[in-house]
Amino acid sequence: MTRRPGEYAMKTLFLVCGLTAVAFVLLITGYLVFSGLPAIRRVGVAGFLLGDTWDAANPEDPRFGILPLLLTTVYGAAGATAAGVPLGFLTALFLAKAAPPWLARLVRPAVGVLAGIPSVVYGLVGMCVLLPLLRERLDLPAGDSLLAAILMLAVMILPTVISVSEAALEAVPREMEEASLALGATPVETYFRVTAPAASSGVAAAVALGVGRAIGEAMAILMVAGNVANMPSLLGSVRFLTTGIAMELAYAPAGSLQQQALLSIGLVLLLFVLLVNVLLSLALKRGKEGG
Amino acid sequence: MMRAALPPGRLLRNVLARLLLWLSAAATCALLLLVAGYIFFRGAPGVSLELLTGRDSVLEGTVGILPSILNTLYVIAVSLAIVVPVGVGAAIYLTEYAQNRRLAGAMAFAAETLAGIPSILYAMVGVMVFCTALGLQRTLLAGSLTLAVMTLPTVIRTTQESLKSVPRSYREGALGLGAGQWRTIRTVVLPSSLDGMITGCILAVGRVVGESAVLMYTAGLSTAMQDFGTIQGLMRASGATLSVALYVYAKERSDFAAAFSVATVLLVLAALLNLAALLIGRRATRRKGGGHG
Amino acid sequence: MAERIILSARELDFYYGHTQALRHISLDIPANQVTALIGPSGCGKTTFLRAINRMNDLVAGARAKGSLAFHGREIYSPDQDVIDLRRRIGMVFQRPNPFPMSIYDNVAYGPRTHGVRGRERLDGVVEQALRAAAIWDEVKDRLKRSALGLSGGQQQRLCIARALAVEPEVLLLDEATSALDPISTARVEELIASLQGQYTIVMVTHNMQQAARVSGRTAFFLGGELVEAGRTERLFSMPRDKRTEGYLTGQFG
Repeated sequence: MTRRPGEYAMKTLFLVCGLTAVAFVLLITGYLVFSGLPAIRRVGVAGFLLGDTWDAANPEDPRFGILPLLLTTVYGAAGATAAGVPLGFLTALFLAKAAPPWLARLVRPAVGVLAGIPSVVYGLVGMCVLLPLLRERLDLPAGDSLLAAILMLAVMILPTVISVSEAALEAVPREMEEASLALGATPVETYFRVTAPAASSGVAAAVALGVGRAIGEAMAILMVAGNVANMPSLLGSVRFLTTGIAMELAYAPAGSLQQQALLSIGLVLLLFVLLVNVLLSLALKRGKEGG
Repeated sequence: MMRAALPPGRLLRNVLARLLLWLSAAATCALLLLVAGYIFFRGAPGVSLELLTGRDSVLEGTVGILPSILNTLYVIAVSLAIVVPVGVGAAIYLTEYAQNRRLAGAMAFAAETLAGIPSILYAMVGVMVFCTALGLQRTLLAGSLTLAVMTLPTVIRTTQESLKSVPRSYREGALGLGAGQWRTIRTVVLPSSLDGMITGCILAVGRVVGESAVLMYTAGLSTAMQDFGTIQGLMRASGATLSVALYVYAKERSDFAAAFSVATVLLVLAALLNLAALLIGRRATRRKGGGHG
Repeated sequence: MAERIILSARELDFYYGHTQALRHISLDIPANQVTALIGPSGCGKTTFLRAINRMNDLVAGARAKGSLAFHGREIYSPDQDVIDLRRRIGMVFQRPNPFPMSIYDNVAYGPRTHGVRGRERLDGVVEQALRAAAIWDEVKDRLKRSALGLSGGQQQRLCIARALAVEPEVLLLDEATSALDPISTARVEELIASLQGQYTIVMVTHNMQQAARVSGRTAFFLGGELVEAGRTERLFSMPRDKRTEGYLTGQFG
């Protein structure tokens, strides 16, 4: 092949772009991993992960135990999933199968808009609607609580869960549903007993994406969770891994142990998200083999 | 619809299951209407020309979000100016040139993973790398750079998807006529995947507009007018975008009227971006559908 | 010979929206025999088959005119119980379509849907259906494994077992062997032959040799009309209509 200089230049240019992208990836993950390690090493893995007190700004006796943050994130994500996934999945099943077409055409773009609303806007509505409601109904001094954060997150993961599940449900081969109908099952029985199980790997992906979003969200829950690093209780003020970083990022002096500890929280958060990602790709792979 | 003499138990289960589906969808729609409706109800009355074109003044007691709008446009422009060439270029390399399957797979996995990283982690990296280590301080420029990195995976992925959807035969047709690879890409591949790339950009804009965690820490919280007239001003400008301004109004100044007005503007922007992506997506599918007969 | 007629069409018209797919079909289908529906693609044979258990209802704008009766009862009458109709008239599709669940659960799906409970009863039904479909020996040791791990031919026989498990009277086969290799096809044909006498079987096929091998009666469709129907040996040896003869001699199709 003749090598034209123009062709060669363009190929090199694109290669540089690709390498730049890869460099960014390596930079970020590398930075998070390597800067996150020193504080963990100083505090000790057990002391860091299992310590029940976080008081990083205390000049005399700083404490770097992230157990309260860790548990809050786990509970928060679990609660949001428990509330948001069934609702989202059933809505997806409705849109994909049971809804009259005109209604589905109306609701689908609305769900898309719901997905595009910025976190701070959700946070604002949470502050002004959810918190007064919780204060009144549960007779709390302040509504800021794990419960508020869970409800917030449940609403925020809905659009993801709905759109991804719906795509999976739509992809179930029609013949499979026909087989069920031909056996004398009703349409509704078919949706729940054939369509839904057949779409299970896609629905698993939806759940994983929802969990990922719940784990990673910061701003909306910063506005409704109270942000005190207590051990989690449903009606108490709590701090998540994300909000733990958010609370102190602006104040932690550069190079201090406090800042390094924030990076360590970041590392834990990253590992969390990677874990969810790995589980997700496993679910998808299993689905592909099964189908 | 169907006359079915089901046994009572089975009939009951069927009715309940159908009811469950309708109720779930109704609950979801109610939530959506509640969120959107509440924002409009409280925010729309405050949206006026003065708000959109004015600035905050404690002395005159006015609230204006023009500075935040300009800051938002600045961040969109700078981050897109970086992320689009790099992202599209990387996607072209991955899809059109890369020979090594494993390398391409690894890159795709990296992009996927990067897309799932919480924005607060980007905020942290932005603060420590762009603001501190590179000495940019807390500026819109530092924020834009951080967002460029954050949206890179989105742009790469959507571009790759649209490149992959271009039929192989198009490329072979052009290559068969003796066109070089770059010429083929420029004249055949890029034009037919343009819609997908634009969708990717819209998604990136959506993320930039909605992002607050990253910008709070890397770009600043000021709602005062910045000096965009000089190079120095552009480099040093530091302030809040619309999303960050919302946070500032709500959480730090407890000015909920202003916060809801900003929320209304953001909601309208989100709806418009969504609509744009939808229309382009529809146009793309129609064109492709036509292409295959 | 007095044949009991189980399905009977009289002047049946069928429409998808404005398109007429069947014209004036009058056809009697005798019980406990195999009836083959043949004809070139688009001739209406599949539409007729799917009209019998009202699977066509799933297509928007589908409607029937005229009479189509099962045991003398109108299938398209407004008070027809479709669920019960489909339980009594089973169907096997062109491509094997097992559910993504275990072999056992596939076969038990129908009985469970219709309220059969209890481990032992279900076990009995599943075994009986799998035996009737001549696949029991091949799968009895892996009933709990996914049905998707079976070969195409096994999957199709599993689908037949699944259809038999609800104890239908009629079995509709929609080109049930067209996606299978010759050996699997032969096994399914053997199975069909062994099932007649117990079940009424209506099969759509565009394999004329298959119709000749397996069926007792054959109906030839063309352009949405029923051209000719009768005993298979007679129809294949002495077709009365020129068009049937043309089709059988491969002049079109």
